[in-house]
Amino acid sequence: MPQNSALMGFVHRRRRGAELFLLILALIVGIGAYAVVGLGVDGEVPTNLIGYGGWLTLLIIAAHVTVRLVAPYADPVLLPVVAALNGLGLAVIHRIDLAVDTSDASRQLMWMTLGVALFIGTLVLIRDHRVLGRYTYTFGLSAIILLILPMLPGIGNEVNGARIWIKLGPLSFQPGEVAKVLLVLAFAGYLVQHRDALALAGRRFLFIDLPRGRDLGPILAMWGVSMAILVLQKDLGSSLLFFGLFLVMLYVATERPGWLFVGGGLFLAGAVAAYALVPHVQQRVDIWLDPFADPNGDGYQLVQSLYAFSWGGMIGRGLGEGMLTLGSGDNVHLRVPEAHNDFIMAIIGEELGLTGVMAVLLMYGLIVERALRAALISRDGFGKLVAVGLGTVIAIQVFVVTGGVSRLVPLTGLTTPFLSAGGSSLVANWVIIALLLRISDQARRPAPPVDQPAEDPDQLDTQIVKVMPREEASR
Amino acid sequence: MSELTLFLVRIAYLAILWIFVLSAISVIRSDMFGARVPTPAAAPPQPGNQKKKKKAAPKQKRGTPTQAVVVQGVNSGIIADLAAAPILIGRGNDAAIKLDDDYVSTRHARIVASGDQWYVEDLGSTNGTYLGSQRITQPVPIGLGSQVRIGKTIVELRK
Repeated sequence: MPQNSALMGFVHRRRRGAELFLLILALIVGIGAYAVVGLGVDGEVPTNLIGYGGWLTLLIIAAHVTVRLVAPYADPVLLPVVAALNGLGLAVIHRIDLAVDTSDASRQLMWMTLGVALFIGTLVLIRDHRVLGRYTYTFGLSAIILLILPMLPGIGNEVNGARIWIKLGPLSFQPGEVAKVLLVLAFAGYLVQHRDALALAGRRFLFIDLPRGRDLGPILAMWGVSMAILVLQKDLGSSLLFFGLFLVMLYVATERPGWLFVGGGLFLAGAVAAYALVPHVQQRVDIWLDPFADPNGDGYQLVQSLYAFSWGGMIGRGLGEGMLTLGSGDNVHLRVPEAHNDFIMAIIGEELGLTGVMAVLLMYGLIVERALRAALISRDGFGKLVAVGLGTVIAIQVFVVTGGVSRLVPLTGLTTPFLSAGGSSLVANWVIIALLLRISDQARRPAPPVDQPAEDPDQLDTQIVKVMPREEASR
Repeated sequence: MSELTLFLVRIAYLAILWIFVLSAISVIRSDMFGARVPTPAAAPPQPGNQKKKKKAAPKQKRGTPTQAVVVQGVNSGIIADLAAAPILIGRGNDAAIKLDDDYVSTRHARIVASGDQWYVEDLGSTNGTYLGSQRITQPVPIGLGSQVRIGKTIVELRK
């Protein structure tokens, strides 16, 4: 009883005012970055600052009002942190645009608009995240179809050796980004139903509770899918993301470290096999071990990224003042290739220094912390697992990308959430945040008094009784 | 633009960035320690909330319940002591009230306490937990004599 009253007697406030205050600061971070970029590059505040800032403000206010209306108890920190990261990312992409005369920033702003629209749509349409638990296998199947799409001839599109894009007319899209959200939902639904079997059966071996042989099916299947992505699509990052995500969720659902040993073993075996068999992987690892072996060829990208970090030093060279390009006239090109995508962290390191990189990493930390917090206080198992999964997706991406550009781990292609240019990733990440806000809203909302009419009567009157093939029947 | 101005702008921007991060952290901090604990047996205060409570805890008789009793269904007669709260109800072996009802999930619902108030909470069951004719979606306060329907079984709180 005492531990419950500690948990249930705790009433969360709505904190929408605090959210508004943080959002204003976040807008200052985003629009300020845009202004500082103009100051640094051209020596004057950009002329379209009002229009740009106005549009950004409008998007953020729309998101905030939606949260106020449909998720009043949601977490107050998530949305501002995301707004700040997105604004900073836009400014850095704009900075790169100014250097090499492209127009990625306006495209990114368009994608952000779509992302915010989907964010609002998700919050308005999904009033109770538990509804999503009904579509476990639909989500799982759609995720796998989405992952296969780029392999199909005609719409599949290969960029930089990785076959993860689909191209429909002028639009290119990365279905894997949507698939990761669907996979989290599918894993959560599956694990909530089967966690007992996965958690309880098994035997002990050398102080480790090993799971039962027949329960290994799903983890082996997921491992197979990850390896297939790695070999067929040559996408190291996604393969790592999906497998790591599944492993973390399995561990959280069952509380059994045995799964971590099994998964870690499978991962090691897969990694060694991939190193031996896939030349693409071998090349990445060799670059990681010694980037200066071929500083102008294979190792060029990573070497330049390391230089960028070192030139940035403690406080950076100032937004707009780093040396982003080499060459001159028509031959101008980015010193760090793919700076607006995978290597955006290197640009931040160069122009904002260690101080800026630490602030950005801390913001990601806050997102993950808030996701885990929502999981802790969530009252239903499905919500807990979804929140953990979504937090893990962000955490793994940030770790893999930042570790990659700073040579902590071999470089793999994943986008930096909210920062790097790339519509599919941005849109998917906004949906992730909407789902997290929904779960935290449900979790923080105080229990209603008993005589209160049900919130949505027409959904409650008719109940669909699911016939579930469950292992309990055989017990 | 002079070198000094640019340097100041650079420092100012980093300061803004950190002010943002630190404010976010301070909001989290106040969120953790600033929550109010509601008075026992009363619905939590909801300022400005459109949901108004009509009467505090209806059907609640005097006295505090001490046990949960299965009053109807296959397993009628099972008694669980509320001192061992939270009480898990379901078909699973770890349930405090283990029911052999086909319409009950492995981990179906649980009865938990908050202060002096008891709540019943659905744990994501397939067929739902009902209080009267209403399927519950959130922890709902219950008192003496409240009948909680789980599958074909009815559980009641008693003294």
